[in-house]
Amino acid sequence: MKRIYPKEDVCIGCRLCEVHCVVEHSRSKDILKAFKRESPRPVPRVRVREDGPLSFAVQCRHCPEPYCVYSCLTGAMHRKPDGGVVHHDPERCVGCWTCVMVCPFGVLTRDVANHCIAPKCDLCPGRSTPACVAACPNEALVYAEEASYA
Amino acid sequence: MPEYVIIGNSAGGIGAVEAIREVDKEGSLAIISDEPYPAYSRPLISEYLAGETSLERMLYRSRDFYHENAVEAILGKKVVGVDVDGSFVTLSDGEKIEYGRLLVATGGVPFVPKMEGSDRHGVYTFTTLGDAERMASRLAGVRRAVVIGGGLIGISVTEALTKRGIVVTVVELKDRILNVILDEEGSRIAEEAVRRAGVTIMANSTVTQITGKPGGAPGVHSAVLANGDELPCDLVVVAIGVVPRVDAVVNSAIQRNRGIVVDRHMATSAPNVYACGDVAEAYDYVLDINRLTPIWPNAYLGGRIAGYNMTGRSAIYPGGTGMNSLNYFGLAIVSAGLVMPDGQQGYEVLTERRLEEGVYKKVILRDDVIMGFTFVNDIEKSGILSGLMRDKVDVGGFKQYLIADDFDLTSLPKALRKARLGPRPQPSAGAAPQEKARALAVD
Ligand SMILES: Cc1cc2nc3c(=O)[nH]c(=O)nc-3n(C[C@H](O)[C@H](O)[C@H](O)COP(=O)(O)OP(=O)(O)OC[C@H]3O[C@@H](n4cnc5c(N)ncnc54)[C@H](O)[C@@H]3O)c2cc1C
Repeated sequence: MKRIYPKEDVCIGCRLCEVHCVVEHSRSKDILKAFKRESPRPVPRVRVREDGPLSFAVQCRHCPEPYCVYSCLTGAMHRKPDGGVVHHDPERCVGCWTCVMVCPFGVLTRDVANHCIAPKCDLCPGRSTPACVAACPNEALVYAEEASYA
Repeated sequence: MPEYVIIGNSAGGIGAVEAIREVDKEGSLAIISDEPYPAYSRPLISEYLAGETSLERMLYRSRDFYHENAVEAILGKKVVGVDVDGSFVTLSDGEKIEYGRLLVATGGVPFVPKMEGSDRHGVYTFTTLGDAERMASRLAGVRRAVVIGGGLIGISVTEALTKRGIVVTVVELKDRILNVILDEEGSRIAEEAVRRAGVTIMANSTVTQITGKPGGAPGVHSAVLANGDELPCDLVVVAIGVVPRVDAVVNSAIQRNRGIVVDRHMATSAPNVYACGDVAEAYDYVLDINRLTPIWPNAYLGGRIAGYNMTGRSAIYPGGTGMNSLNYFGLAIVSAGLVMPDGQQGYEVLTERRLEEGVYKKVILRDDVIMGFTFVNDIEKSGILSGLMRDKVDVGGFKQYLIADDFDLTSLPKALRKARLGPRPQPSAGAAPQEKARALAVD
């Protein structure tokens, strides 16, 4: 299965990945409308982490051993049989934060008001390359099979 | 004869079904439970009692799950015996079902100590949807309740009853509530939140008797404490604890300690018989011993590993430990592994408090490996610690950042970060070589 890998040595922290994630998951898929007119504005599912000159983007890693799925009390966090993509169903999420407690990358965010995990990376269904990867000007995000990634 | 038989249709049982069907789409599979419903999220019975959810919304998998996975669900029937020599289980109606491989995922039963009046109408335990349904149907006219036991289940039922407008008193034997899963400071923070909701907590006390209505009418009149004080109430919940449920196997040759003893393949002492979940004493990777760790995630993962092994595909249980995320009464507390150093030498404890934000963080280390942690309110990065703890990563070079307010993946040393974020996301390359064997790798 293809996954997204960050390359911190070439990430400049421009956050275009976040912008294009928002657009991709907006209703209009239009950058201006997504940011200016849609309410609530979609939240980015990829986040640039920064510390001084260090920066890199992370989103759900769709772990081969997804502890969030194994630990979810309700079945909201799930994988389809035979599929490697980790999905989250907000309808079944009760905001117990058990997945937050076990995610080794700390990428799940809470929507406290709605007792629900905020929308997470879905690897952009319908696209051959996720929007964040396609938008990165520096190839600081790579979408590759584990084995072929150098 | 079903190739696979599973007793218990909950976290552990479903984990096993999913693993079995990953490997073996054909082998016949039966799952048995004395509860009549499709698998549901047991922790949500408190939302059910509060009137906030329905069985439909509590279902752990879709209604089609059994059909889609070619599972025969034998529901509403109890297993009364397991014959490991004859390889069959006996149901309460006398039916015998042979098995090729058996999984015992029977969970726990509430422990009810001997106490005068504990069999009265109006005295409940709280571990099943049936318990919640019964209690919910009889709440009319209930004004005051006494909950015996201030553990996770006691606090969850307390929240539900409070939401129903009932005035609750929690009676706790030890000096503080949630004493198994929180340290003293964590308990104090939790107690404040619980009290703010109007609940009375009586620590260091115990109920010795539940009195009935004058004149012998059915129902509860009061709970009497060891010191003689009497708490008038209309309802009592006994939530002292849960013990492994072994009625199905009690007369079998399957080896038990407090629970059913299993190895790293989740295999019991009996051939072709596996166990997982609340009923099993399985490996705890923090304490490096087998013990009961009765939480949902461990039941699912143990069931999954058992399922693989039942198909003949060897898989090793990486272990589980105690960990809980508490969100009752507006709290956000995460605690995992050791809650307090266990009296042995060599522990290092890091703490951080940001009182204005209600933040408390504590990390327990031994030899620079995380042994446990408690995070209050600022919990979003706690999972990173879980991962480091699980993989026994040496955190010596950056441990001071673990409790920092801006702790994140950026706080890890570059090599470790690259190893964890790189093409082999887990298990971490930072783990000691012998620890890599603990990976879930299916061999
Ligand atoms: C109110 C409450 C809140 C909780 N909150 C949390 C939480 O926040 N986080 C967390 O991680 N865990 C929580 N737990 C614990 C969690 O629910 C358990 O750890 C988990 O359900 C264990 O799963 P299991 O598959 O081992 O067994 P169980 O869920 O107990 O299921 C076992 C099943 O087997 C059936 N069975 C047993 N014996 C027989 C027999 N002889 N014949 C037929 N059927 C049988 C039982 O009826 C039951 O349906 C909570 C539990 C309760 C009660």
